[in-house]
Amino acid sequence: MMRRILPRPLLALTVLLLWVLISSPISAGLLLLGSLLAIALPLLTRTFWPDPPRLARPWQALRFIGVFAADIFTANWRVARQVIGPLYRLSPAFVEVPLDLRDPFLATLLGSIVSLTPGTVAIDVDQQRWILLVHALDAPDPQALVREIKERYEQPLKEIFAC
Amino acid sequence: MLKSAIEIAFVLIGAAQALNLYRLVRGPDTTDRILALDTLGINTIALIVLFGIRTATTAYFEVALLLALLGFVGTVALCKFLLRGDIIE
Amino acid sequence: MSPALESLVALLIVLGALFILLGSIGLARLPDLLNRLHGPTKATTMGVGAMLLASTIFFSNRAGGRVSLHEVAILLFLFITAPVTAHLLAKAALHRKKTKGGASDG
Repeated sequence: MMRRILPRPLLALTVLLLWVLISSPISAGLLLLGSLLAIALPLLTRTFWPDPPRLARPWQALRFIGVFAADIFTANWRVARQVIGPLYRLSPAFVEVPLDLRDPFLATLLGSIVSLTPGTVAIDVDQQRWILLVHALDAPDPQALVREIKERYEQPLKEIFAC
Repeated sequence: MLKSAIEIAFVLIGAAQALNLYRLVRGPDTTDRILALDTLGINTIALIVLFGIRTATTAYFEVALLLALLGFVGTVALCKFLLRGDIIE
Repeated sequence: MSPALESLVALLIVLGALFILLGSIGLARLPDLLNRLHGPTKATTMGVGAMLLASTIFFSNRAGGRVSLHEVAILLFLFITAPVTAHLLAKAALHRKKTKGGASDG
């Protein structure tokens, strides 16, 4: 019964949270409307969503977000210096990152994370060979970048979602 | 102090918009122009938020949110068109 | 609003604007599209992020104001959409390079 009404509890919670965020002086009526939407929207869009993996360690997820925020900050300073500095010193490169995870949702998440940290953009996920194609603004040592992405982002993601 | 910080920020973002405009006119490829347009949109969101702080009204949030939505949809539609020659498959 | 908070807001605003300018400098200066993509990602994450954080602090601490969280929604939306835009643009650029041999239209 519970499964029928709430096929995606996390998605429903996200919708409700977003509703509270955009209707900021919140009242009881708005909250009721938001709850109805949080139940209705996941039901209506059920067929569009791929089956997401189970969130196994929520606390580690929070810590991961912290690490990610710090990385955005440091990478920003680095790219800022590179952009003002002499351009001939940059060595842009395509890097192929072989993935260990085998889940489309997680691969998308990893790609988004790589794209959001400045200096690297995820271009494509090859779902036959499970390779993430990354373009880096300055990668004198591509192997080091591959190691960094795998250790810093892929490993924690695998642990958080237990797969 | 806040007033002068806002003035400085307006000048900096204005210069950024000029650079985006340069890239938009200069090209050379259509994808460069789309990227310039997208950046123009995102920087405009920052300008609107800044204007909201300056006038101390919260009325501009919806404008910024709508601009973010429309900018994203526009960019995706343009990219799709370049990729397939068609927007809706 | 206390002077300390006010200077924090001022600092965040100038920092955000500076990063937005740096992103656009990257867009104008770097040699080809795939490199140019790196500029605006920075402007989005850091520049607009700092700006929206400043706005949250400012409106939450106004006299008689209440906690303002609209900005978080905008920020969340930008963070979700920025990688999608970058991905599609890179794909479109590679596609055009492949089909036209790098010919430009301008």
